[in-house]
Amino acid sequence: MDQSSIASKVAEQFKSKLVSSGECAGQSFITINPIDLVEILSWLKSDTELKFDRLMDIGGVDLIDHPSEPAHRFEVVYQLLSYELGHRFRVKVAVKNESVGVPSLWTMWGIANWMEREVFDLFGINFDGHPNMRRILCHEDFVGHALRKDYPIDKRQMLSRPVASVMTEKQEWA
Amino acid sequence: MGLENKLPFMTTTLDTAINWGRKYAMWPMPFGTACCAIEFMGVVGPEFDVSRFGAEVVRFSPRQADLMLVMGTITQKMAPVLKQVYDQMPEPKWVISMGACASSGGFYNNYSVVQGVDELIPVDIYVAGCPPRPENVIDAIYQLQEKISHETSSDYA
Repeated sequence: MDQSSIASKVAEQFKSKLVSSGECAGQSFITINPIDLVEILSWLKSDTELKFDRLMDIGGVDLIDHPSEPAHRFEVVYQLLSYELGHRFRVKVAVKNESVGVPSLWTMWGIANWMEREVFDLFGINFDGHPNMRRILCHEDFVGHALRKDYPIDKRQMLSRPVASVMTEKQEWA
Repeated sequence: MGLENKLPFMTTTLDTAINWGRKYAMWPMPFGTACCAIEFMGVVGPEFDVSRFGAEVVRFSPRQADLMLVMGTITQKMAPVLKQVYDQMPEPKWVISMGACASSGGFYNNYSVVQGVDELIPVDIYVAGCPPRPENVIDAIYQLQEKISHETSSDYA
């Protein structure tokens, strides 16, 4: 199914729930609110004409000081692929600020577990219902979220603890 | 005086004899975290063959090594590991920082990468390149041998 047909099919189904929609780099996208995320993505996954069975990636965007002055500070971007039908789609979730929780999708796609942890680590966006919401890339003593636009670009944080203590802690987590 | 040709012994200083032994029998501990470590495989392989310079006995236990080769990007998360491995090596020990990332952070000027391993451990020789050619690494070992030959035993007292 081509991009414009996917977009019109989704718009028809969820007309009242779309914040906005559009096209970028030859791919359609919709922007939605966190509260509608599970409903829309489970429909995209199960619909027989769409069959978006793969969650390729979850990304975060920090829109602070963005020229378009959006009402929300963050966006969480879900990249979907239908392995069977060979088409793609992009779903953006508008997150007003860091106090808003986005529903976790880890029961729908297992890989969402680690992807959501990455978004949490680097942007500080919380995912509700996630079983293990803690850092995945930055070290344990890291303070702040490195890919936010207001994180100082030259700020570095040393991991000063001895390795042994970190390893013991990890074993406790496991 | 020509005496050496006639008598079955030679005279030297203790430092010279020890340094001679040390510099031609360096056992590297490869701390390879990135593509420079792939280049190091070429250094120890048959084409460039670092064993011609006596440094081919690659030890993966720091307790058996005296030359640490830091090859690749060292992240802040990896930094305590590097420090601990270095501390486990017995004296005397030397460090070669191989490539742009290990020497200065390279083009990873960001929140996660250590800007040069000399923030963590003392470095003897820096090798430029991204990654360096195997000849550059052999040249670094050659220069380190030159450095070792000028050491004295009181350096480790």
